[in-house]
Amino acid sequence: MIAELGLAALWMSAALAALQLVLAGGGLWSGKKAVAEKGALLSGVRPVAVAQGALVTLSFLCLLLLFLRSDMSVALVALNSHSAKPLLYKFAGTWGNHEGSMLLWVMVMGLAGAAVALFERALRHDTHVATLGAQAAISLGFYAFLLFSSNPFARLNPAAPDGQGLNPLLQDPGLAFHPPTLYIGYVGLSVAFSFAVGALLTRNVDAVFARAMRPWVLAAWVMLTIGIVAGSYWAYYELGWGGWWFWDPVENASLMPWLAATALLHSVTVLATRDALRAWTIMLAVIAFSMSMVGTFLVRSGILTSVHAFAVDPQRGSFILALLLIYIGGALALFGARVGTVREGSQFEPMSRESLLVINNLLLTVILGVVLIGTLYPLMTEAFGHQVSVGPPYFDRITGPLALIMMLAMVAGPLTRWRKDKVGVVAGRLLWPLLIMIATGAVLFVLGGERMSILSFLGLMVAGGVALGSIAPLFKRNLRRTPLFVWGMVVAHLGCAVSLAGMAADSAFTSEKLIAMAPGEKVETAGWKLHFDKVGPIAGDNWSAMQADMTVRRGGSVDIIHPQSRFFSNPPTTTSEAALLTRWNGQLYVVLGEQLDDGRWQMRIWWKPFVTLIWYGGLMIALGGVLTLIGRERRGWALKLRKSHAQEEWA
Amino acid sequence: MLSAALMLVISAPASFPALAQTALPPAPYANRQLDDPAQEKKARDLMHSIRCLTCQSQSVADSEASMAGDLRSEIRERIAKGEEPEHIRSWLIERYGDWISYEPTAEPIMWPLWGVPLLLLGVGGLLVAGRMKRRGAATDGKKGKQI
Amino acid sequence: MKSRWLLWLPLALFAGLAVFFIGGLQNDAPRVVTSALVGKPLPAFNLPAGASDRPALDSREYTKGKPRLLNIFASWCVPCAAEAPQLMALADAGVPVDGIAIRDARADVDDFLARHGNPYAHIGLDARSQVQIALGSSGVPETFLVDGEGRILHQHIGDIRAEDVPGLIAKWKAAQ
Repeated sequence: MIAELGLAALWMSAALAALQLVLAGGGLWSGKKAVAEKGALLSGVRPVAVAQGALVTLSFLCLLLLFLRSDMSVALVALNSHSAKPLLYKFAGTWGNHEGSMLLWVMVMGLAGAAVALFERALRHDTHVATLGAQAAISLGFYAFLLFSSNPFARLNPAAPDGQGLNPLLQDPGLAFHPPTLYIGYVGLSVAFSFAVGALLTRNVDAVFARAMRPWVLAAWVMLTIGIVAGSYWAYYELGWGGWWFWDPVENASLMPWLAATALLHSVTVLATRDALRAWTIMLAVIAFSMSMVGTFLVRSGILTSVHAFAVDPQRGSFILALLLIYIGGALALFGARVGTVREGSQFEPMSRESLLVINNLLLTVILGVVLIGTLYPLMTEAFGHQVSVGPPYFDRITGPLALIMMLAMVAGPLTRWRKDKVGVVAGRLLWPLLIMIATGAVLFVLGGERMSILSFLGLMVAGGVALGSIAPLFKRNLRRTPLFVWGMVVAHLGCAVSLAGMAADSAFTSEKLIAMAPGEKVETAGWKLHFDKVGPIAGDNWSAMQADMTVRRGGSVDIIHPQSRFFSNPPTTTSEAALLTRWNGQLYVVLGEQLDDGRWQMRIWWKPFVTLIWYGGLMIALGGVLTLIGRERRGWALKLRKSHAQEEWA
Repeated sequence: MLSAALMLVISAPASFPALAQTALPPAPYANRQLDDPAQEKKARDLMHSIRCLTCQSQSVADSEASMAGDLRSEIRERIAKGEEPEHIRSWLIERYGDWISYEPTAEPIMWPLWGVPLLLLGVGGLLVAGRMKRRGAATDGKKGKQI
Repeated sequence: MKSRWLLWLPLALFAGLAVFFIGGLQNDAPRVVTSALVGKPLPAFNLPAGASDRPALDSREYTKGKPRLLNIFASWCVPCAAEAPQLMALADAGVPVDGIAIRDARADVDDFLARHGNPYAHIGLDARSQVQIALGSSGVPETFLVDGEGRILHQHIGDIRAEDVPGLIAKWKAAQ
C-alpha cells in the first residue's frame, strides 16, 4: 500500500505543478496591466505551490519507509538494498540509485518552490508569479521523467527473497549524505534560474530583484561547496590511493555548476549594490543551472564513459537531454529576445571593486569553459576517429595559473572601494600581502624550491599573501561592529588561501613509501617509525576484513592504527579501508594491500603534510557563505517579524 | 574506479563489473619503488600521466588493476635501465595511440584544446574592456554595451 | 544596436552543444581502445610454453608465409571460457590459432584447456603482460589476425561470438 500511496502522491504533485504553471502563465497572460490583480494571482498560486511541496515530500517519505522496511516487493528496493544492511545505509539507499535520487531531487525542488511562495516578500508580484510558474515548469519536466521512465514505486511480482545490496564503496557515512547535499545545491540553482526567467518575462531586472535572488544563490553555493568538499574527502580516504581530485568527468560535472555559482554569487552582488551587470547576471543564472543539468546528463547518459563501462540507460539520457533542450534552449531564446530591453547599467571605472569583481567573473567563466571543453574534448576527437585523453596534466596547467591570478584579484577586490578608487591607495593597501608573498617565496626557495613543481611553488607563495590579504579588510575596523557578511567574505576568502596551501603542500611535500612487510617488521619513512604488529581477520556488520595492527611513532607520540582490507558479500566486493592518522601538520595514510606469495603484506604508506588544509579550507569557504547568508538576511527576517507583529497588533 | 564509484552515487548503481583478477603475484616492481629516488621520481611522474587500460579515468599509478601493476613494473624496470620517460611514453603511444597518455601530445588534433582558453580570455577580455570607462571620459549614465 | 547578434550567441553555442550531445547519444558503439599496431609488423617476442602439451610461442612463427590468429586469453577470465567454442570452430575450419595466456600458471592453463577445449597450435605464457602491452592489447580476450609476413591485419576486441566466426574466417582467407 505504501508504494501505491507514494505513487499517487507523486501523480498528484505533478498535477499540482501543472496547475501552478497554468495559473501563473494564464494569469500573467490575461492581466498585463493590473498590478493589484497580481497580488490576488499570487495568493492563488501560493497554496498550490505549498501543497505540491507537501505531496511530493509525502511521496519521498513513502519511498524512504519502503527502504527502511526492506520491502522486497518493490523493484527499486530489491535492486538496491539488502535486509542485512545497517539501518543508516537502508536510509541512504533511498537516494543511492537513479529513481530515488530523482525523487529526492523533485522533493527538494517542491520544497524550494513552497519556500519561494511563502517567504519571498520583496519581489514585485508579477515577477514572483512568473518565478513560481518557471519553477513549476521545471518540476513538471522532472515529474514526467519520474512517472514515465523511472517510476521508483514499480512493484516486483513475485517479490524478491532478498535484495542485491548497495555497493560497498557507497556504504560510508560520509557518502550517504553527499548526494543530497549536491542535489540541494542543484535545486537552489534551479530556483535562481526560475528567478532569472521570471525577471526576463516581466522585464524586471534590478537591484531589488538581485537582493531577492541572492540568498538562493548563496544557499545553493554553500551546499555545492560542502558537496564537493565531502566528495573529494570521500574519494581520498575510501579509494585508497591518496588522491583527492583527478579531473574525472564525474568530478568535473560537479565542479562546473560550482564555478558558475561562484561567478553568479559575485555578479549578483554587483547587481544588488551598483545595479549593474544585469544581463550578465541573468546569463550566469541560466549557465549555472544549465551546468547542473549538463553534468547530470553527462553522468547519467553514459556518453562519457569509456572502456568497460557499466550499462547506462540511453532512454534516461534522451529524457534528460530533452529537458535540457527545452529549459536551457528556451531560457537562452528568451534571453536573446528580451535582454536587449534590459539596460546593462553604467560603465565601470577601471580601478573599482566592481571592475575587480568583473575580472573574477571573467576568470571563473574561462575556467568553467576550459573544464567543459576539456571534459568533452575526447568525445569530440572521437567523432574524427582519434582517441585522446584529457587529464590532470592539461587541467592543472591551464586552470592552475588562472586560479592563481584570480586569487590575486580576490585579495584586491575587498580592499578597493565601489565606484572609484585610486591606484596608489589600493597599491598601498596591498603592500603587506605582497611583501608576505615575496617573503614566502624567498623562504620556500631557500628551503629547496627547485625540488617542487613551479605550480606548487607559486601556489604556496600566493597562499601566503592571500591569507594575509583576505583578513586585511578587518584591519582598522571595530571587529564587534563589523557586519556579519563582511566576516563571511573574510572567512570564505581565507578558506581559499587555506585550501590552496593544502593543495600545494600535498603535491610538493608528500612522501610515498611502498613496501612489503611481514608481521614483526618495521619501517621508517618521513620521520615516522611504523611497526607491523600483527594481522588477522575481523568481522563487521555486513563485512569481514583482514586487519593489520601497526604501532606508529613520531617524536614522543605512540599510536596504533588499523588499515583494513574489507570483503563484502552482497554484492561481492573488496574495498581497502585506509588507516588515517591526523596530526596538526598533516596526515599519515596507510593502506593494507594484498598478501604476497612469501607471506608478506604489501603496504602503501604516505605522509601528506598539511593535506587536511584542503578540506578545512573548503569548509571555511562554506562557513563564509553561511555567515554571509545570515548577515545579509537577518535584517530582512527581523523586518518581517516586526511587520507581522505590527499587523497582529493592528488586527 | 573513482569515476565508477562516483558514477554509482549519481547514477544507477548497477552491479560493479566483476573485474576478474589473477591469482598471480604482481610483477616485481609493480608495488616496489626504485632504490634511486631520482629514478623513482621520474617513474612516478610518468606513471601518473599514463592512463590505466582496464579502469575508468585513473592513471596506472593509482590503479589496483593487475595490468596497471604490470605496466608500473615495466616502466620502473625500463627507467632503472636508464631509459628516458618520454621514450617510454612514445613507445606506449605507438602501441595504444594517444589515448594512453594524459599528457597531451603535439598532434594537431590537440591544438584547439590549447586555443580554447586563449580564445575565451580574448573574447572575455574584449567584453570586459567594453564595460570599462576610458580614462577621463565621463560617460556615466550613458547606455553601456550589453555584456 | 550593433552588438545585438551577441545576445543570440549563447543560444547558438548551446545549439552546437546540443547537436553534439544528440550525436553522442546516437553513437552506442562500445568504446574500446584499439591497438595502434594494426597494419604494422608484429613486435618480436619469444614466450615459454603456457601449457604442458603445446609448444612455446615465438613471433617468428608469423613470418612463415601463412596467416594465423593470435588469441590473448587467460584461465581466470570468464569471457575467455565463453569464446572457447568459437575458437574451436575456427580451428576446425582450418584456421591456425595460437594463444598467449596472460598472468597465468601452466597448471591453471592445462585445467582451463581440459574443461573448455584446446584450439591452440602454440601457447605462450606471458606472466607479466609484457607481450600483451607490446601488442597494444588492453584486455582479455582479444584476437589478432597476422598475415604470413608478420603484419597485424585485424584486432578483435572482446570475446568472439558465434556470429563473428564467418567474418574472421573470411578475413583469414583473404589474407592468404
